[in-house]
Amino acid sequence: MASSRRGLPEINAGSMADIAFLLLIFFLVTTTMDVDTGIARKLPPMPEEELQDEDPQIHAKNIYVVLINANNQLLVEGELMDISQLRDGAKEFIDNNGRDANSSENPEKAIISLQNDRGTEYMTYIRVQNELAAAYNELRNKAALNKFGERYANLNETQKKEIRNMYPQKISEAEPKNIGGDS
Amino acid sequence: MSKFRKGGKKGMPAISTASLPDIVFMLLFFFMVTTVMRETTLFVDVLTPKATEIKKMEKKSLVSYIYIGSPVKRMQASYGSAARIQLNDAFAEVSEIQEFIATEREARDEKEIPYMTTSIKADETVRMGIITDVKQELRKANALKINYSTRKGDY
Repeated sequence: MASSRRGLPEINAGSMADIAFLLLIFFLVTTTMDVDTGIARKLPPMPEEELQDEDPQIHAKNIYVVLINANNQLLVEGELMDISQLRDGAKEFIDNNGRDANSSENPEKAIISLQNDRGTEYMTYIRVQNELAAAYNELRNKAALNKFGERYANLNETQKKEIRNMYPQKISEAEPKNIGGDS
Repeated sequence: MSKFRKGGKKGMPAISTASLPDIVFMLLFFFMVTTVMRETTLFVDVLTPKATEIKKMEKKSLVSYIYIGSPVKRMQASYGSAARIQLNDAFAEVSEIQEFIATEREARDEKEIPYMTTSIKADETVRMGIITDVKQELRKANALKINYSTRKGDY
């Protein structure tokens, strides 16, 4: 079998491993493995000039006003609040269903209005966004468990849509303006 | 005598390394497939904030990145330490964002434009002022799908 008499000498494959290692190290150095994760949001389109002063009428009680000032403090519905309480506060507001006359009528009408100052720290802003998203996710999970006996993430598309319609995530961000406190 | 004595005198045979290249190649292919090439050199320090309600970003080819943070140490001599925007491989002003979005769109297929996302990778210490400006520019450019890049983690 092996090279009959004189034939071709076998090529030494001993250095193959070295070459492969070299390539491997090159790829290890030049590439990244991190998966990008983040909070997805949709911006509202720019308002048309003529429509600017025509605000849709929404009952004040259906709006949950969250203000963040330049010192990263939260003013929720006119009261100072710690971020750790925001999730429960938002959940209570969204899922009020008319129990409290001053809170939302039902989850479909509930709107969360978020306004921040130019001096607010990005970290605080993301934390607030995260807490509000968590409030919605927890409510959706609860509804999904009640209705289908599964967590929201495990539902199929039509079921997800149904739950989404029950708890539409309405987080509105006001047009930017300075709300006190210099940056 | 006994059958166990047989190999006694031969000593240890050399371990064959013939399959070593195969193993290394396997590793190589694994890394080539699972990783992405580093595209931009960052001129700004970015440590994204932590969040729990996060989603993975799909279709990386349709994502454009905007980096916001204070310049890295070696750049601070010429650019100062105030937060700045980086687009592609250079510092940019807020007014350049619309142009940036336009070029990003041109590079993609027309059908894919509605699915394009802009990822805002901002440092957690950045003030909201600059981010609000960026968001306003994105609205003007009609690039409405955004993603606040975050790390996974709890407070």
